[in-house]
Amino acid sequence: MVKVTIDGIEIEVEEGTTILNAARQVGGDIVPPAMCYYSKLEGSGGKCRTCLVEVAAGSERDPRPMPKLMVSCSTQVQHGMVVKNLTSDRVKEARAGVTEFLLANHPLDCPVCDQAGECHLQDLGFENGKEGTRFEEDKRTFAPRDIGDKIKLHMNRCILCYRCVYTANQLTNKRVHGVLNRGDHAEISTYIEKALDNEFIGNVIDVCPVGALTDKTFRFKSRVWFLKPMNAHRDCPTCQGIATVWMFGNEIQRVTGRKDAYGEIETHNGKTAWLCNTCRFESKDVAQWTIEGPRVINRHSVISQGHYVLKNPLEDKNTVKNLK
Amino acid sequence: MESLSNRKKVVSDKKMTFVESLYLPAIFSGMSKSFKHMFNKPATVRYPEQEREFAPVYRGMHVLKRDEQGRENCTACGLCAVACPAEAITMKAAEREPGEEHLYREEKYAETYEINMLRCIFCGLCEEACPKEAVFLTDRIVPTNFERQPFVYGKDKLVEPVDKRVDITNRQHTGKRGNK
Repeated sequence: MVKVTIDGIEIEVEEGTTILNAARQVGGDIVPPAMCYYSKLEGSGGKCRTCLVEVAAGSERDPRPMPKLMVSCSTQVQHGMVVKNLTSDRVKEARAGVTEFLLANHPLDCPVCDQAGECHLQDLGFENGKEGTRFEEDKRTFAPRDIGDKIKLHMNRCILCYRCVYTANQLTNKRVHGVLNRGDHAEISTYIEKALDNEFIGNVIDVCPVGALTDKTFRFKSRVWFLKPMNAHRDCPTCQGIATVWMFGNEIQRVTGRKDAYGEIETHNGKTAWLCNTCRFESKDVAQWTIEGPRVINRHSVISQGHYVLKNPLEDKNTVKNLK
Repeated sequence: MESLSNRKKVVSDKKMTFVESLYLPAIFSGMSKSFKHMFNKPATVRYPEQEREFAPVYRGMHVLKRDEQGRENCTACGLCAVACPAEAITMKAAEREPGEEHLYREEKYAETYEINMLRCIFCGLCEEACPKEAVFLTDRIVPTNFERQPFVYGKDKLVEPVDKRVDITNRQHTGKRGNK
């Protein structure tokens, strides 16, 4: 076990833990945002640079500060490390810069995008971004494309986090999409428009932090804040069948995996509850699901704006914390 | 106890004099006041033949704007509906088909857009929430009706006609955001 201090909070974590995961063990506001890191996907992280933190002391043995800001998702903690995230002005400035770069080519078509309301880039821009844009050049544009018959790819919105590529690589036995070209021309694509037909490929929608990969069966149907997320499960031979169904009245409009506070699919029964395509795209009938009850949504989320009532407000840690 | 406002009048019931008890001076002073008002300018106007001047920020009937090329601005993003405290706005989005580019500005548009004018409290929050400069309140008055159903205004009544544009240049929320 090694001792590490993050924003003045001391915590003991196992050796080999990254700074980001140590911060997540503390929880709350001090957790650096992460656009590309996904704890359930091996090898993810280190690409978006939003999780930069300042290391004020490297370790107990060598307490010199690290000269540059470190990527918290792939830097391992050392005994006696002192990390500054919210308390560092350098980090805030760098994060604002990173946000500006991520938004440089982002089309800002949130009123059209189906991801609006649960988009990590929106949250990042809201918390760390600048009010105006300085980017005057033409943004790179791609036409929206169908990847398979159930997934829509809007390459304009992509921030090249590679999460979907890792998902396809690790969840399915045959990866048929990846990143083509380099630099500004890089794009997620299936080579020669090959359709994705794996039973678990729908999970690329859940891992996408922006609205680049969206569910075609839910395309333009509604906005997430008009829907009521409910925990539900069903017997499924291929996956665990543990999902969130997004209901409008008595109608299921879309099915997603259950995501935790960091937007990652939750672990159930010791396994990540990835959803199969049958559950996600073809099970839109209420009779197919056992609905457990409303999902607890952070009351600061726009999704809770839809007059969404908690079963017991005291169960929500956020509510109780803010009442104090 | 002494009155705090100092406006208290003590009612006296002193005996009236003979002239006072005739009530005639009081009647004539009152009648003369009423008579004078016959020559004053009336406070009302003869609506609808005559209309008052409206403040440029008057919040009346909504309009769904089109852009310079006549395409609808609204993308059915739902921000007006979520901002609406009276839950008066409902909408349904649809995807623009190829060949409809001259009708709708973006790839998504409002297939139906309804404002229930009986629910609406004309607070103007929808106008404030709109990121596309699509919905505006205007200085037009919602006409009366005997039924309830006609007060649910659909796109036929809300979207401005291409040849009869609604002037919103004096509105507060015009041109303040980037119009992408």
